[in-house]
Amino acid sequence: MRPMKLTLTGVQKRFNRRTIFQKIEIEIRGPGSLAVVGRNGSGKSTLAKIVAGVLSPTSGSVQLELDGAVIPRVERYRHLGFVSSYLTLYDEFTAAENVSLLEAMRSGITPLPAAVDALLAAMGLEARRNDRVGTFSSGMKQRVKYAVALVHRPPLLILDEPTANLDFDGISLVKRVTARQKSEGLLLVATNDPQEANWCDDRIELGKE
Amino acid sequence: MKLIRVGSIVLITYTLIAGILTPMVPQPQGPFQFPIIPGLEEKARNIFFHVPTAWTTVVAFLVSLWYGARYLKTRNINDDLASEASAGLGLLFCILATVTGALWAKFNWGSYWNWDPRQTSIFILLLIYGAYFALRSAIEVEETRARLSAVYAILAGLTVPFFIFVLPRLVGGLHPGAADDPDGAGPVVQFKMSGAMFVVFFIGLAGFNLLYVWMMNIRVRAARLAYRRSIQEG
Amino acid sequence: MNGASQIAAVVRKDVHSELRNRYAINALGMFVLTTVATVLFALRSESPGPAPLAGMYWVVVFFSAMSGLARVFVSEEERGTSLTLQLTTSPGVLFAGKLLVNIALTLLLTTAVTVLYVIAFPTFELKTPEIFVLTVLLGSVGFAASATILAAIIAKANSRGTLYPVLAFPIMIPLLMTVMSATERALSGAPFGEAIGDLQVLAGYCLIMIAGSFLLFDHVWTE
Repeated sequence: MRPMKLTLTGVQKRFNRRTIFQKIEIEIRGPGSLAVVGRNGSGKSTLAKIVAGVLSPTSGSVQLELDGAVIPRVERYRHLGFVSSYLTLYDEFTAAENVSLLEAMRSGITPLPAAVDALLAAMGLEARRNDRVGTFSSGMKQRVKYAVALVHRPPLLILDEPTANLDFDGISLVKRVTARQKSEGLLLVATNDPQEANWCDDRIELGKE
Repeated sequence: MKLIRVGSIVLITYTLIAGILTPMVPQPQGPFQFPIIPGLEEKARNIFFHVPTAWTTVVAFLVSLWYGARYLKTRNINDDLASEASAGLGLLFCILATVTGALWAKFNWGSYWNWDPRQTSIFILLLIYGAYFALRSAIEVEETRARLSAVYAILAGLTVPFFIFVLPRLVGGLHPGAADDPDGAGPVVQFKMSGAMFVVFFIGLAGFNLLYVWMMNIRVRAARLAYRRSIQEG
Repeated sequence: MNGASQIAAVVRKDVHSELRNRYAINALGMFVLTTVATVLFALRSESPGPAPLAGMYWVVVFFSAMSGLARVFVSEEERGTSLTLQLTTSPGVLFAGKLLVNIALTLLLTTAVTVLYVIAFPTFELKTPEIFVLTVLLGSVGFAASATILAAIIAKANSRGTLYPVLAFPIMIPLLMTVMSATERALSGAPFGEAIGDLQVLAGYCLIMIAGSFLLFDHVWTE
């Protein structure tokens, strides 16, 4: 397993003159996992997006290191997977096309159809792989999002409310995914659910400063 | 700042009095007599007021652009407050410049609007200011508003060299100092002012610059106070 | 090279999407047809000279651009896929891809307008075709460049439809004035040498707009 580390130093987020959180300090070395817990509105999703590099902190810094080298923020997307209910897929594309095209944009290499099919099968979507995502239920869309997030075996996996919309089978699937991720890389789970939080070895609570 | 305020009032008052009242005679002697410029005569007095407003609006735009660029680097909201303050003043002076320019045009060339390159340029600057504020009013999130209006100001700034150097090439102009003017050429207006007129002109220019600094100071301080107060209340 | 294939993937995604939906092409096509028809009715039997024809050509192009080129970013924002793109591409790659899509769209647009004008106006003759072709090429790239960065800006604002032309017009004035001047020369049969100044300005505009937008896009795209 490659050496990897995620560090957050003095991270603060202010938004429209309201401070959401401040002085967040985190350090996780791979393999490892961290749950971000807190009440609704405490900024869990905001923190998840800041770690993903999609949102800038008002102050402080986020650093992802792989093999001892710091990954610049503009490159971070290559090394992470992100799943949340507010992530949207392309409804006019099939499940297979979503995985394939998004991965092609991410890495410049179109994955082999066999690989895409195998991944979708692992997510329980084998039968629907050539159906347009627009026809999917929210639970099935969530499964496609997992496929998109895992196709490149990212060192860092960020999950915002991992089992939202999922049925029992889906929840076991996510348990397997998280168990594997935290033994091979970094896992960050933002959640309200105590069960989901317990999958992680460590936790940080927002809204208690 | 008190010095600037007083200085601005004094200088502009002097310009008003000297600019309007100094007699124009065929053979001027001394600092209190202006020459008669053929073709312009009394209308030349406009230069004491029109040119400084045009100058100030350009300065205000550059200042707004500079603070906008600074915001992009520092992400400090004070830079955005300053950028917006300057743009507001720029809009005011731009309206003044366009109006005084149109008045001049009416008396000199017969109609208020002529598509002369410099007249067109000041109008385009007016459009840029308008667009800047339209953009700002369409964004509710403060940080996003600051970022995007700074980017727009920079984009607009990128097109400005085209107006200065390209427009006069494409269209000959009626403005004193345009490509067709036998008396002078180049981006800055220069026609035959006497020494006495230069003095009043530069006093007026200095007065307007001080006025701008004074107004900027007030606006930025007010904006910062309002910001701090809303943080305390929020 | 990796970056180039990433950019190609961005373009492919948009093209794929367009082939499935046909939103942009249909709307744009109808817009062009309607505007040219309006101009035709307005002029009826008049045979306009090169200057007004050149002006009307680019007026149609400008407003068609305003109706169709914002889609590349606005649709992503509206359907919520902006986050998806932020998680799968870097800003430079994304902007390059979207710019290429808009350049292609604008070239299609200007071709359509040219064909329609040649059919509809007997006085619309490309007497100096070299000037015309270069003007349309450079003009299209210029329009696409400014339209794309502005689309990214308004995607994050409200009242996008009306805001777009308001923001775009001042930025595009140097482009508009120059393409109209060059097109007038092309239609009146002026020698190529006379248009070199205009073409240089166009090339300069394209360069400055493309370079400027690449540098600024990151600030627009990344929150």
